[in-house]
Amino acid sequence: MTSSILWYATRGAGAVSLILLSSVVALGILSALRWRATAWPRFLTVGLHRNLALLSVVFLALHIVTAVVDPYTSLGWAAALVPFSSYYRTFWLGLGVVAVDLFVALLLTSLLRRAIGPRTWRLVHWVAYACWPVAMAHSLGTGTDTRSWMLVIYLVCVAMVLTAVAARLIGSRRPQSPPAPITPRPASPAPAWSGVSGTRSDKASKW
Amino acid sequence: MADEIRIDRIRCDGHGLCAELLPELIELDDWGYPLLAPGPVPEHLREHARQAVAACPVVALRLERVAAAIQSGRRA
Repeated sequence: MTSSILWYATRGAGAVSLILLSSVVALGILSALRWRATAWPRFLTVGLHRNLALLSVVFLALHIVTAVVDPYTSLGWAAALVPFSSYYRTFWLGLGVVAVDLFVALLLTSLLRRAIGPRTWRLVHWVAYACWPVAMAHSLGTGTDTRSWMLVIYLVCVAMVLTAVAARLIGSRRPQSPPAPITPRPASPAPAWSGVSGTRSDKASKW
Repeated sequence: MADEIRIDRIRCDGHGLCAELLPELIELDDWGYPLLAPGPVPEHLREHARQAVAACPVVALRLERVAAAIQSGRRA
């Protein structure tokens, strides 16, 4: 009975991780596209991207720990850390380990972004495009629910990410619109401090 | 002691998140690049400033601690 609880927990946490990570990828692409709407400012996209990624750490941990602890599969910790070392579904489970290793690299570089600098961080962050398909393949290959309603979740995740990728490809091919011509704006008075960003003489301002 | 926001103008790409999160001190120009209010960050905006600095996608913002005596000086 305990064993089947662990088994359900593994499957459930795996499904939630997949949904979260797919959302994180889609949100990451949306923020790279600088997409926004009137009711959806950019900081919402970036904040959700960050917080859902951190949330998926919890569910990934649950997914891995319950799978390892489950006496039915008796995977052992080595199988969870070293890719393709599991006797059980060696290839498909190995893909999951590869995806987690890539995810840890993404996570650590993002947390240390200030230390390593944005160029290195950005370079490493392209790994996300490798991480997600590997995780998706792991879900399809290892998932014992692939032929049930779980298929709907898979389809939604794939559609979500592919739509975002397509939008990014189209967006990058279209030439950037030139900045608006310089026109004086007599109607809108400039803020009291505009144009003084370089000076420090205006100490007595209200700020 | 107080904090001042500093912009690395070479790194800045005009993503505009800082102005969304800290409209009290940051406004965007016509091209989407930030214009900064002069002087230190007031106490009640410190947390918002911290979040705006952290949100910058290209790490072009930072908070710099300035001594009260230096604030009135002419540090560029």
